Amino acid sequence: MTNNRFILKSSPHFKGKDSVPKIMYAVIVSLIPAIAASFYFFRMRALLIYLLSVSACLITEAVFLKARKKPMHSLWDGSAIITGLLLAMTLPPSLSLEIVVIGAVVSITLGKHVFGGLGDNIFNPALVGRAFLQVAFPVAMTTWIPPVTNQINTATYATPLGNLKFQTAAIQGALTPLKDLFWGNIGGCLGETSAVALLLGAAFLLYKRAIDWRIPVGIISILTVFTGIFWLTGPDKYASPAFHLLAGGLIIGAFFMATDMVTSPISPLGAWIYALGIGLLIGIIRLFGGFPEGVMFSILLMNTFVPLLNRYTRPRILGERSAP
Amino acid sequence: MKTKTFHNGIHPQELKEATSNKSLQPLPAPEKVIIPLHQHFGSPAEPLVKKGDEVLMGQKIGESKSFFSACVHASVSGKVIKIENYNHPLGNPVPAVIISNDGEDRIFPDIKEHKDPLSLNPEKIRQIVKDAGIVGLGGAAFPTAVKLSPPKDKPIDTIIINGCECEPVLTADHRLMLEYPDDIIKGAELVRIATGAEKIILGIENNKQDVYKLLQKKNYAFPLEISLLKTKYPQGAEKNLISALLKRAVPRGGLPFDVGVVVQNVGTVKAIWDAVAAGKPLYERALTVSGAGITSPKNLIVRIGSLFQNAIDYCGGLQDGANILVMGGPMMGLAQGTADVPVIKGTSGILAWAEPEQITEYNCISCGRCVSYCPMGLVPTQLMKYSKLGYLSEAESRGIMDCVECGSCQYSCPAGIPLVHWLRVGKHKITDLKRKKSA
Repeated sequence: MTNNRFILKSSPHFKGKDSVPKIMYAVIVSLIPAIAASFYFFRMRALLIYLLSVSACLITEAVFLKARKKPMHSLWDGSAIITGLLLAMTLPPSLSLEIVVIGAVVSITLGKHVFGGLGDNIFNPALVGRAFLQVAFPVAMTTWIPPVTNQINTATYATPLGNLKFQTAAIQGALTPLKDLFWGNIGGCLGETSAVALLLGAAFLLYKRAIDWRIPVGIISILTVFTGIFWLTGPDKYASPAFHLLAGGLIIGAFFMATDMVTSPISPLGAWIYALGIGLLIGIIRLFGGFPEGVMFSILLMNTFVPLLNRYTRPRILGERSAP
Repeated sequence: MKTKTFHNGIHPQELKEATSNKSLQPLPAPEKVIIPLHQHFGSPAEPLVKKGDEVLMGQKIGESKSFFSACVHASVSGKVIKIENYNHPLGNPVPAVIISNDGEDRIFPDIKEHKDPLSLNPEKIRQIVKDAGIVGLGGAAFPTAVKLSPPKDKPIDTIIINGCECEPVLTADHRLMLEYPDDIIKGAELVRIATGAEKIILGIENNKQDVYKLLQKKNYAFPLEISLLKTKYPQGAEKNLISALLKRAVPRGGLPFDVGVVVQNVGTVKAIWDAVAAGKPLYERALTVSGAGITSPKNLIVRIGSLFQNAIDYCGGLQDGANILVMGGPMMGLAQGTADVPVIKGTSGILAWAEPEQITEYNCISCGRCVSYCPMGLVPTQLMKYSKLGYLSEAESRGIMDCVECGSCQYSCPAGIPLVHWLRVGKHKITDLKRKKSA
C-alpha cells in the first residue's frame, strides 16, 4: 500500500470567507461614528473612558485566557474590544475613571469568563458590567453632565428621559426637542446620545449582515406600538413614540446590544419573540417603572430566556409534519 | 426567467469555467484495470472469474444474489491477473478483480442492440438495468434497479431527472446533457415506462442556459417538462430538488417513493439508455478532472477501474503544491490519501488543489448562520454540541439523522467549526448503537 501523499480531511472542502474576527471587527467599525460623536460632545473625558475601558477589558481577557489555558488568539478576536467599547458608551461621561475600570473588569469576569468565555456567556458582558456599576455606584451612575456643545444650567442637568420621568416634562411641554435627540446635543451616556451616528453604524452592520435585522425591527415596532397607544390616549401626559425611539439607550440597545449573537436566539422565530419581549419591557419600565430608562434591564432579562427560546423555537425539519 | 428553488442553502464559488466548455473525451484505457467488487450501496458482489481467466469488455465479472446490490463488468478485454484487496476511494481496501488490458477491446458477444427499446415492458427494463450493473451516478451509487421497483402501495407519478450538478467545479453532467441530450431524454422515458409514472421533469440550474435552450428547441415527443432552477447549493440534493420542483416534502426518514417520485441523475439515465438500447453494461462513466491543482483540467469518459493517477497524468499531472485530492465535488467529496485508487461507478470527479493553511477554530458564537443555511431545517450547532457531549437521544430527537452532510453549515460557519464531522460522528454512534441493540 502506498503512503498517503495528500491531506485527509472530512468534507466540505470549501469554506466561505466569514470569520469570527471579521464579524467582530465589523461591529467595531460600525461603532466608529458614535464614538466620534462622543469625542465631539464630551472631548477628553470620552477619550479617557474609552481607552481605560478597552484596555481593562483586554487585560482581564488575557489574564483569564492564560489562567484557563485557552488559545491566546481569542484575545484578538475583537470580542473583548467590543465589550470595552460598548461598556464605555453606556457610562455617564462624568464617571470617575476607577469606576470605569471596575466596570470593565466585572464585564469580562462576571459577564463572560465565569460562563466559559466567548460563546458560552448568557448575558451581554458589557451590560453585566453596567448593571453592576448601576447597583454599586447608583449616584455616580446617574449624575449627568451636558455636552460641551450645550453649556446650560449645569446644576440641575438631567437626561431627556430623566426630564420626562422626574420633571413631568411632557405635562409642562418641556420635552427635549427631537432635533437634539437626533443629532445628540443632549446629556446622557457617552455613546448613546447621537441617534444619527448610531444609525449610520447600524446600517453598516445590517448591510454586512453582521446582525439579525429581526431584533432591532422587533424592538422598535413593539415599542412604537406600545408608547404610541399611550401617546394617542394622552398626548399631554405621555411622550411620542418618536421621542422614545430617539431618547436614551434605545438605538444602541436595539442595534448593538440586543443583537449580540452569543446572547440572542439562533432561530428566526426565537429572535422575534426575544425582540418583542425586550421592546415591551422597555416600554413598561419607561412608562411605569421606577427608572427613567429600561433598555439595559430589558435586554438582560430577555437574555435569560435565550436558552429556552433556542430549545423551543427550532425550525421545522424538512418533511416534518409539525414542529413540536 | 422565473426559477424554482428550495429553502435555505448557500452560494459557494462555482469554479466551473475551467471545464464547462471542454467536451467529454475518452481516457485511453490503462494497461491494467482494478475493478472493485463493491462500488455501490448494498451487498458486495462475488467474483464470477478467477485468476488466469480471459475476459471480454462488458463481460460480467461479479454478481451478488442480494436484491440490494449491483453486478460489475470488465471495462477492458484481457486476462485476470489476480483478485485481491486493493485501495478503494471509499476507505477500506476491498477485493478487486485486476485485469491486464490486451488493448483490443474485444466486446462480449452477448452485448447486442435492441431494435425498439421504448416498447419493452417494465419488467424487462428492470432486468436489463440490473444485469448492466447500473447504480446512481450522482455519487451515492444506489442500485438503480431497486429505484425502478417502487413498492406496490406507492404509485409513482413523476420522474425527476437531476441535471443540477450543484457541486462547484464539476461539469461532467453539464457536458453529458449538451452532448447526449437524446440519450438522456430517452433514458428518462425508459425510467418513466419502468415505474409507470405520468411525466418527466428535468431540473437544470440556471447556470446551464445552453442546455436549457438546446432542450427547448428539441421538442421531444415525451411527457417531458424542462424546469430551470436557481443556481444554489445543494439544489441537486434529492429531497430539496423534490421540494423545489413539486413542493412536496419527503417525510423524515422516508424516500422519494413516499411522495410518488423517482429521482435519477442525468448520467444514470444515459447509462440506462445505453444498456437497454445498445446492450452496454456500465463499465465507463463521465467525470470531471479539475481544480487548481490539475495542470490541464478536462471532462473525461473513464473506464471503471482506471486509477486516479491515470486520469491525472492524462490531464498533465499535478501542479506544484497540490496537497489535497478529492473524489467527487468540493462540498461532499471524499479526500483521498493517494492517487493509487481506482475510478468506481460513483466517481463524479477527481479534484486536486493546494489546501490553504488550517483555519483557526473559535467557539460557537451562536450567529445562527448554520441554521439559516441548513437545507434540512436543522440546528447544526446544537446537534454538534450534543454529538460532542454524547447526548445521542437528544441529537436524534432533534433530527441529526436527517442531516444529508451537504456541508452548507460548515461552509458558512465563521467560527470554523467542523460541524459536518461532528454530525457524522453523532450519526455513526447512533447507527452503531441501534445495530448493537438489534443484534
